Amino acid sequence: MKRFLGFIKKEFYHIFRDKRSMFILFGMPIAQIMLFGFAITNEINNVNIAILDKSKDSETQKIINKISASKYFHIEETINSESQIQSIFEKGKVKAVVIFENHFSKNLQTSKQGKVQIITDATDPNIANTITNYTNAILLNYIQEVNKTNIPTYSIDTQTQLYYNPELKGVFTFVPGVMTVILMLVSAMMTSISITREKELGTMEVLLVSPLNPLQVILGKVFPYVFLSIINATVIVILGVFVFGMPIQGSLFLLAAESILFIITALSLGILISNIAQTQQTAMMMSLMGLMLPVIILSGFIFPISSMPLPLQIISNIIPAKWFIIIIKAIMLKGATIDIIWKETLILIGMTLFFILLSIKKYKIRLE
Amino acid sequence: MSQEKIIAVKNLSKKFGNFIAVNDISFDVYKGEIFGFLGANGAGKTTAMKMLIGISKPTSGEAVVADFDVNFQAEMVKKNIGYMSQKFSMYDDLTIKENITFFGGIYGLSRNQIKEKTAQLISDLGLENELNKLVGDLPLGWKQKLSFSVALLHEPKIVFLDEPTGGVDPITRRQFWEMIYAEAHKGTTIFVTTHYMDEAEYCDRVSIMVEGKIEALESPKNLKQQYKVTSMNEVFLKLARNVE
Ligand SMILES: Nc1ncnc2c1ncn2[C@@H]1O[C@H](COP(=O)(O)OP(=O)(O)OP(=O)(O)O)[C@@H](O)[C@H]1O
Ligand SMILES: [Mg+2]
Repeated sequence: MKRFLGFIKKEFYHIFRDKRSMFILFGMPIAQIMLFGFAITNEINNVNIAILDKSKDSETQKIINKISASKYFHIEETINSESQIQSIFEKGKVKAVVIFENHFSKNLQTSKQGKVQIITDATDPNIANTITNYTNAILLNYIQEVNKTNIPTYSIDTQTQLYYNPELKGVFTFVPGVMTVILMLVSAMMTSISITREKELGTMEVLLVSPLNPLQVILGKVFPYVFLSIINATVIVILGVFVFGMPIQGSLFLLAAESILFIITALSLGILISNIAQTQQTAMMMSLMGLMLPVIILSGFIFPISSMPLPLQIISNIIPAKWFIIIIKAIMLKGATIDIIWKETLILIGMTLFFILLSIKKYKIRLE
Repeated sequence: MSQEKIIAVKNLSKKFGNFIAVNDISFDVYKGEIFGFLGANGAGKTTAMKMLIGISKPTSGEAVVADFDVNFQAEMVKKNIGYMSQKFSMYDDLTIKENITFFGGIYGLSRNQIKEKTAQLISDLGLENELNKLVGDLPLGWKQKLSFSVALLHEPKIVFLDEPTGGVDPITRRQFWEMIYAEAHKGTTIFVTTHYMDEAEYCDRVSIMVEGKIEALESPKNLKQQYKVTSMNEVFLKLARNVE
């Protein structure tokens, strides 16, 4: 145990004294999150919306005037029936449709409540959210004004509906995506580089000649990266939640457990690569081409899997990152519990076991 | 020098595919001797040495090192030997002290033992002021001497040195050999490969390897007599020519 601690200490010296490692470990996650995060904006200004006014009375006209007067919205279109909603969203002309029910004004007077429906294009969930909030604010403002003279008071019931993207598949995927890429990078690429570095420098021989057994050597090399990966995942989640308002609906414990599972998957891939590659250069190329590229292209992080050509969709199934992204998206966005994601979890566990077995088979205790 | 065998090699071979890097070599090394393992580039010295230290599995043949069989008891072999690899054996991005602590640690030395060893080692090498310097910033000669000392931290019975003086200036080489002598004096067996024929003269016995085979094994004095020459260099040249 003491030997093992000494080994880990040495590994941390390597990491903390290497600018490149430090950058990848601490600069990259923050830079990536910020980069993706700032591509998203909460500001809205003159957003195009459409109005579907089924009532066409004086009250709805007042509200429409208010909306139109605000600097946040521009009424691009007035539509006449619900059947047009889909096509204007598809054309991308408007980001939201505000619908007034039939007999809005009359309902206000008789039942003291009018109904308004706000449908937003949730491709960009942040914007959708903001639009809903601002529209609500305008409605509230209107109702406060009319209630000055009304007893009993009126109210407006707003219903919000997300269009296009009811599962919020858009922007929030960047947090799970970045997390997946970073965990791959740190766990797989950094470990494979750090192991091949010792091979290249010749110190691996010295370690193997020592009474440490090869398993200890590998575990010693891998452990610091497990630790750093966990820190990285935590930082990413914290940034996502507190800076960009990413929701976490599910259990943090489950999220942590699944993340650790994926870290182990990535580490087993890293070890596998370091068994094959003899130099840091090769290890890096193999990690970039064999791991990072598929993670970025095929995991659904940037390109939705459902819109890929069929062969790529099939290939995407063997990418562990795909399953991990599905899992953490489900936990974060939908509050999934293990009975919903057990299948994906099992797939990931299966893949991990496979990689570990393969590594053990390939592992050459003696340097041939 | 005793007649007690500490390394016994019998018909040891190593093949890489069809290429025979070490071809059926047999020899013994005695306790406390300085055994020179000579040969040209690519003769198979490193390959043979790696089999003896338990990190490369022989294709065939057997070897007993410090009473343990390299085929079956590699882990025990490792506990009893020190090794200085042909490539540099320490971490450039760690300080001298950190390197010593690390290597002492993996050989299971206690904290106190490490402390003692460190103090002794740096005073022997005159590195008192460099203790917290990165090893990478040291001149090559010092690095090599330091590697040698680190290979001896756990007081192994045999130390294997693979071209310990490669690329080092003659003065440092001399100092290095003084260290080797001092260690051999304490009873440690030294198994050393080198390219420098003048260094061969310092060995008790040398073996000369040519293309995977051991072509000669004698004391330098006997070899020179046998080939009727005055230096090991000439012995070497004659041998190499014979093979061609
Ligand atoms: N892992 C390997 N795979 C294939 N061939 C190898 C391997 N290791 C060594 N060889 C070959 O075996 C031969 C002997 O190599 P070795 O390193 O043992 O020589 P050496 O005597 O130590 O040479 P040098 O003085 O250059 O260190 C060389 O031709 C080398 O190319
Ligand atoms: Mg060699």
